[in-house]
Amino acid sequence: EVTETSKKSIVTFSEIHHFLLSDTIITETQKRISNAFDVFDHESNKTVDVREIGTIIRSLGCFPSEADLHDIIAELEEEEPTGFVRYEKFLPTMTKILLERKFRPITEDLLLQAFEVLDQQKKGHLEPEELTKYLTQEGEPFTQEEMDEMLSAAVDPDKNVILYKDFVSMMTFDDTR
Amino acid sequence: MGCGVTKTSEFNRKFDKDGNVIPAMKAAVLIQRWYRQYAARMEVRRRYTWNIFQSMEYADLQDQIKLYNFLGYLMDNFTPSSTERNLISHIFRENEVCRDAEWERYFSYNNITVPDIYSGPRLTFPLDMDQAAHLVEAFKNKQQLHSRYVLQLLLETWKLLRVLPNINRVSTCHSKEITICGDLHGQLEDLLLIFYKNGMPSLEKPYVFNGDYVDRGKDSIEILLILFAFLLVFPGDVYLNRGNHEDHIINLRYGFTKEVLNKYKLHGKRILKLLQKIFSWLPLVTVIDQRVLIVHGGISDTTDLALIARVDRHRYVSALRPPKKKTPSRTNVYADSERYDEMIICKNRRGSLTFPKPFGARESFQRRSLQDFSSTVARTLGEEFEVRRRQAEFSLSSFSKSHRILSSALSSDSEPESSEFTDTGNDEWKQILDLLWSDPMSHDGCIPNEVRGGGCYWGPDVTEGFLNRHNLQLIIRSHECKQDGYEFCHNRKVLTLFSASNYYEVGSNRGAFVRLGPDLVPYFVQYQATSMTRGLSFPQNVKRTEHTALKVLREQLFVHKSDLLSAFQEIDKENTGLICLNDWASAIERVLHLDLPWRVLHPQLVSSTTDGKLDYHGWFRDLALKKPSSEHIEQTMLETLYRHRSTLETIFRIVDTDNSGLITFEDFRQTLKLLSAYLKMEISDEVINELVISTDTNNDGSIDIDEFMEAFRLVDKSRLERGKSLLKLMQDNQSLPQETESPQTVYSTAPQTSQCPASQPADPPVSNTTDSACSQTANPPASQTGSLTEDCPASQTEDLCHISVVVPPQ
Repeated sequence: EVTETSKKSIVTFSEIHHFLLSDTIITETQKRISNAFDVFDHESNKTVDVREIGTIIRSLGCFPSEADLHDIIAELEEEEPTGFVRYEKFLPTMTKILLERKFRPITEDLLLQAFEVLDQQKKGHLEPEELTKYLTQEGEPFTQEEMDEMLSAAVDPDKNVILYKDFVSMMTFDDTR
Repeated sequence: MGCGVTKTSEFNRKFDKDGNVIPAMKAAVLIQRWYRQYAARMEVRRRYTWNIFQSMEYADLQDQIKLYNFLGYLMDNFTPSSTERNLISHIFRENEVCRDAEWERYFSYNNITVPDIYSGPRLTFPLDMDQAAHLVEAFKNKQQLHSRYVLQLLLETWKLLRVLPNINRVSTCHSKEITICGDLHGQLEDLLLIFYKNGMPSLEKPYVFNGDYVDRGKDSIEILLILFAFLLVFPGDVYLNRGNHEDHIINLRYGFTKEVLNKYKLHGKRILKLLQKIFSWLPLVTVIDQRVLIVHGGISDTTDLALIARVDRHRYVSALRPPKKKTPSRTNVYADSERYDEMIICKNRRGSLTFPKPFGARESFQRRSLQDFSSTVARTLGEEFEVRRRQAEFSLSSFSKSHRILSSALSSDSEPESSEFTDTGNDEWKQILDLLWSDPMSHDGCIPNEVRGGGCYWGPDVTEGFLNRHNLQLIIRSHECKQDGYEFCHNRKVLTLFSASNYYEVGSNRGAFVRLGPDLVPYFVQYQATSMTRGLSFPQNVKRTEHTALKVLREQLFVHKSDLLSAFQEIDKENTGLICLNDWASAIERVLHLDLPWRVLHPQLVSSTTDGKLDYHGWFRDLALKKPSSEHIEQTMLETLYRHRSTLETIFRIVDTDNSGLITFEDFRQTLKLLSAYLKMEISDEVINELVISTDTNNDGSIDIDEFMEAFRLVDKSRLERGKSLLKLMQDNQSLPQETESPQTVYSTAPQTSQCPASQPADPPVSNTTDSACSQTANPPASQTGSLTEDCPASQTEDLCHISVVVPPQ
């Protein structure tokens, strides 16, 4: 019978190497998390408003859906919700999310396909009303404010339509800025 | 951040036999998910951009406070020689004691004739609504009111304000809705927008304006004139509160004084003097229906409205000076100048705690100058600031603290009199400071507001206590810029309202005003003066604001280069020239104390790293021109002068006792000495002489302040590399027509010492950046500032002022 201790005593060089490497990654990751958290820690007391959690997670490069966020927040809140999330709780949760690479980014191709799906008549563009209808009624609906903001960036001012191919290229270029 | 895993399988059922509903929903979710991520990243950028602006603003405020503490300290601790006397005593010189009738004669406008060609409004008093509306229209059309009418209007305003109580009491009877506006800061466009959306003040439309009408924006006087005009026409329906910027000493630094002197060259001085009085007569708070308190800054745990109601508010001319005592005493150092001399001499015979050196005969003492004291002052001042900073149990602001400490030093052997400074005068002063300068904080308690140097930070428990004690339900205050124009805190019992949109930069924030009906439920209207933002999308707006903030930040990094370099070299002991990002971030924070997320910002500030390490020398080269070692001293001095140009300009304006815009050589020399004492940095006589000569462009023995400040301008990098002497540069600038800026420009000051390498005459003289261009760092990948030029007013000083939150636009 192989006991726990004896199992642990067998360690290979590659395991050590792996351990050290991942340690660095963990530290770096945690630093990134800490920095992102600090931007929203207005009182410098290692807490952030729970309503900012989504923004923080997204700012670290993740693409969760609203439903995903809902679950995460449920996990992060105190037994008696205070409206604030403490760093001690946030750090391990977020580290796990980043290391497991959950909520992967959406590629330009995928995004384009999504727009094409909405463009049922294959016009090559979308009317503002069309897009508004989809995004404020389907899926995880946008608020009016979110819709307005997106339209201000997406609508071609001359033609008053959304040339989604250009829009997607432009926005993804921005991301890599 | 590509993940490489395509999810095309999601759309395989694109053409479902049922139709497109399911895939469309999936597509929608995808787009929403993606966009929200993008928006979040924009938000983070917006957020740290905001942090940058706010921390710079606070850093600048602290500068202001430090300066006045320093000057106060000097004033109390040494005798200026006869030539230096005006320099310092002027700052604290009280208003000459005059009876009102004499003042009216001084401010008399009757002998000012208005020329026929004047096409602006001609006011007749008493004013009526049409004239007020006409005035608004005139200012909208960029006309300027003639100084005669300005003085007349101000005089009438003064007369009216004198009979108003400290606490305005308003009622929403007759179903009147009251409109309340926050800080305007000279931004006329915002006031016009408010009037457009909400209508102008009238019997049916009462307004409360919550202070900070002036400074920073370029139309402060116009805003004042409009508000005063409506006050005169509808005295029962327009209420004005005093803000912390309704203070002539603050105005010296933040642009209002300069604006008035520029617009009213002949009578500006009188107008300013009259405004000084008017500001002191502005009511302190407004109460609506005995339920809602409106005050500019806020409260403290000692705020007592009953006491506020009783004070002689006009005695508190400036927050930076304690009130003048009516009964002069031996320890009253704030009496007028003649008394002051006597006093100092008395004190000095007793010996001073701060200067333990024995004093000699009267004559020899008087011969002592600022120069002699500079090292002593600098040392003890530095120590003293440190001590104060560390004291935990502050109950008064830094201003009063410094005065208390100094005064107790003076009155060391006369116990009874030392208690004068804890009498009602000081208590009242603290009450007013708290009202005008405080900020809310989220945790309980009440602590001195070290950031601003005046007032306090007050917590929700203080709000609760205060509201209960006075039977109120809401506090509406301003004083702090908010991104959405307003913000609640303290469980919705405190509302911050800010009416100057685009305050830090075009697109930085909205402004707001609020309406209260008899139910006292606030109804908000937000707006943004959009002449520049029209046509910009939300992401473009964010980027543009961010761009300005980063430019400002890079400038700060540049001017702290010497300190930063030392900090880096301390870490990089092996002198590899490389530093890792974490060390870089912590070093910067240690030097700049701006409390910014440097690691998050680093991609914007650092163009490239190798193996996670930064070549800091190269980085500095990107930020600014690195000069060879022989010019190291000069670089430090330039940096320092540039960094402290606000302070320098403020001192100039103080020195310019008759507000003429000119100062003599001697005063200029004294100013620089004063500055060198304050900065604990040696500015040698040679340097000063060189500066004096090179800036006397009028050739009349006096220096034009504006011209001198203009001398801090961009210089072409290549010209500096060729080592052209500054004198030559200035001469060139004056003789050549303006050209557009070249892409690589750096900051430098115009006056340089003779340590410059010899110039090479073969180089074609290329002029500096134009009036219309804003300054830029020598950051190659940067930054087209073309779109920002329209914001910058004509003069060059104002360009630099505008893009930097350290020096305000005028």
